[in-house]
Amino acid sequence: MLDKDNMIKAYGDTYNDGKIQLSFTLPVQKGVEAEEAARVYCAKMGLKEVEVVDMKDLREGFTFFVVYAIADVFVNLDKINVAKIETEEMSYYEINDYIKEKIGKPLTVVGACTGSDAHTVGLDAILNMKGYAGEYGLERYPQFNTYNMGSQVPNEKLIEKAVKEKTDAILVSQVVTQKNVHIKNLTEFVEILEAEGLRDDFILVLGGPRISHELALELGFDAGFGSGTKPNQVASYIAQKVYQNINNK
Amino acid sequence: MLSQRNIERRSTLALKLDLDQKLIDLCRNYTADIADDVEDKIAKNTTTSVERTVLRLLGVDGVDEHGIPLSNVIVEKVQKEEELNRGISYWFGNALLQTKLSVQKLAQAVAKDEVGLFKLPKASNEEVYDYLLKLARAKADEIKDNVKIRKEMKKEHPPGPKPWLYVIVATGNIYEDVKQAKAAAREGADIIAVIRSTAQSLLDYVPYGPTTEGFGGTYATQANFKIMREALDEVIKEEGHYVQLVNYCSGLAMPEIAAMGAIERLDMMLNDAMYGILFRDINMKRTFVDQHFSRMINAYAGVIINTGEDNYLTTADAVKEAHTVLASQFINEELGLRTGLSKEQLGLGHAFEINPEIEDSFLMELAQAQMVRQIFPDSPLKYMPPTKYMNGDIFRGHLMDGMFNMASIMTNQSIQLLGMLTEAIHTPFLQDRALSIENAKHVFNSARNISDEIQFKPDGKIQKRANQVLEETAEILKDIADKGLMKSLSEGIFADIKRPMDGGKGSDGVIKKSPDYFNPFIDIFAEELDLDAR
Repeated sequence: MLDKDNMIKAYGDTYNDGKIQLSFTLPVQKGVEAEEAARVYCAKMGLKEVEVVDMKDLREGFTFFVVYAIADVFVNLDKINVAKIETEEMSYYEINDYIKEKIGKPLTVVGACTGSDAHTVGLDAILNMKGYAGEYGLERYPQFNTYNMGSQVPNEKLIEKAVKEKTDAILVSQVVTQKNVHIKNLTEFVEILEAEGLRDDFILVLGGPRISHELALELGFDAGFGSGTKPNQVASYIAQKVYQNINNK
Repeated sequence: MLSQRNIERRSTLALKLDLDQKLIDLCRNYTADIADDVEDKIAKNTTTSVERTVLRLLGVDGVDEHGIPLSNVIVEKVQKEEELNRGISYWFGNALLQTKLSVQKLAQAVAKDEVGLFKLPKASNEEVYDYLLKLARAKADEIKDNVKIRKEMKKEHPPGPKPWLYVIVATGNIYEDVKQAKAAAREGADIIAVIRSTAQSLLDYVPYGPTTEGFGGTYATQANFKIMREALDEVIKEEGHYVQLVNYCSGLAMPEIAAMGAIERLDMMLNDAMYGILFRDINMKRTFVDQHFSRMINAYAGVIINTGEDNYLTTADAVKEAHTVLASQFINEELGLRTGLSKEQLGLGHAFEINPEIEDSFLMELAQAQMVRQIFPDSPLKYMPPTKYMNGDIFRGHLMDGMFNMASIMTNQSIQLLGMLTEAIHTPFLQDRALSIENAKHVFNSARNISDEIQFKPDGKIQKRANQVLEETAEILKDIADKGLMKSLSEGIFADIKRPMDGGKGSDGVIKKSPDYFNPFIDIFAEELDLDAR
């Protein structure tokens, strides 16, 4: 039997009315033809009752549209399946106690923005003493030894450091994702580890505003953290994962 | 002499926030000590990049068969022989004198080893200097002509009112950048910045030719500068309003980029005294020597520099570390003035980066913005938009950008880098930029003269906050003056970032000058800018 409540559409102001809003630019001079082009474009997406509510001349032969329409398709919630981080989120104090009691030695992490990426905002938010959004960074944790290598670190250098410090986890941050520049770099990182037979020596954590857990798994990492991640979420994951790995050995 | 208008503006400004003028003067005294110490430490040095810049200013252009810029090839040859301490000017000038080749022909011949710089007869220092000075003067005059052209264009097609709308293009492809820049300029943007490809700051050379591949931006090359300048000139004539072009005069090739900008008539350059040290881990001495020469070029070329204090707040807390921004502005001001930049060329940076969840965060933003406006009344402040707390919620982001614009018009800011609602998602789409311009125009127009109507309540929150930041600034500047700037940087005084005094990239490019070193451009610029040649 199909559970009707699990078959959903977008909600505007009535259940399953399918109302959505979208905005986009077409390379066409503003005018009635442009408006019609926008409507046809949306119709080809399968949208119904397309209303172009605003149109703006962006010059140089471009027009911006704001559109409301009905997306007349259903999603079955029963068939949704996503990869999630399964560890439990703990607080700063809980994490330190957990490591002390269950693992019995402080954990070491090395973090870097690799390749050409110069944006350390995310990495710093997780690692720096003061942390992010009211949560201390890993440097503040007595039960973590933290090495923040900063930006534009070559993959080889990061691995070298991780081996030298006998790291438990490696944190890689990637902010610049234009033209998928990060994918190549991250793939190379995992490939080097595998080639050197080091892959299982470390927990590999990936972070960045455009990173999902699913993408991280696909690239061969153990976990991925997206925008808005707090340091304690990463710390909880690393602590519990290390403990699991000890028990699995 | 101050014009009557400036005096009036200052007196109305003085009413806004009651800042302790004695404390401001004290800050400037400390900064003078700090700058003395920096100058003392760098005076005897030159760098490979400064020497390459001399070649570029003389007109050396192009690359060798491996794609390496000729300026690099030639300077490396001299460095290899450990003769760079005498300056490239002597060796290249001597070769010009002996061979009578043109600058470019000689450069090509040296690169191909058809002419050996050290095998030629050696003329005296004086002979070479006199010969090269004439050439250098002719080249410097070309830059001066650019200043004239800019002035005339601005007269004919005046720029819009301040705050100027500053937007970035960053497609990686200069031809795509041109489309976006032209569209933005026609929409009303006053300033176009072509963001550089990520990591260009760490290249110890300048890439060559027009480029169509880049990550997070487009390579700064002389050809790209020229392409964008021509495109904007076209829009200026059609739309009747002046559009300024910006690039990034930072990183290991900092002074070379200043030279390219001067030659291609750019209007603004990001050119901070400490940015490379802090955010790119470039060696301190290298940075200070490079920034000094690059700023002389910018000063001579009539370029407005933008400093990078906004960046501190992306790593450090904007409430707690507000005074480090002001302290750095004082330092950038003093180091800038000493290179011949006028106050009107100092686009001192700051940012709207306080956590918006904090109660009265907007009041603190106003306090900071008004305070720096009053402390640097003649400088075109560069105000940077919220980035740190932008999170992908474009609707909230657009509102934050609107509040940022409001703070700017309330406090008479000058250079407004427009926030993008899609910050933290992607480099701006065409529509993002248009929405940002619309946002700024809407706010600025609807509150155009609001700052004339505002006085801040004596003993109110905004007053108190501004004075607190100023007091903390005086304290930290005293501390820096005591320790020296380099030591302070090594202790992490700015942006929570520590850099060792002798570490960092590019230290191998720092060279101690010999007593017979000369650089004719330094002399020409210093004379024109009324500085003591060093």
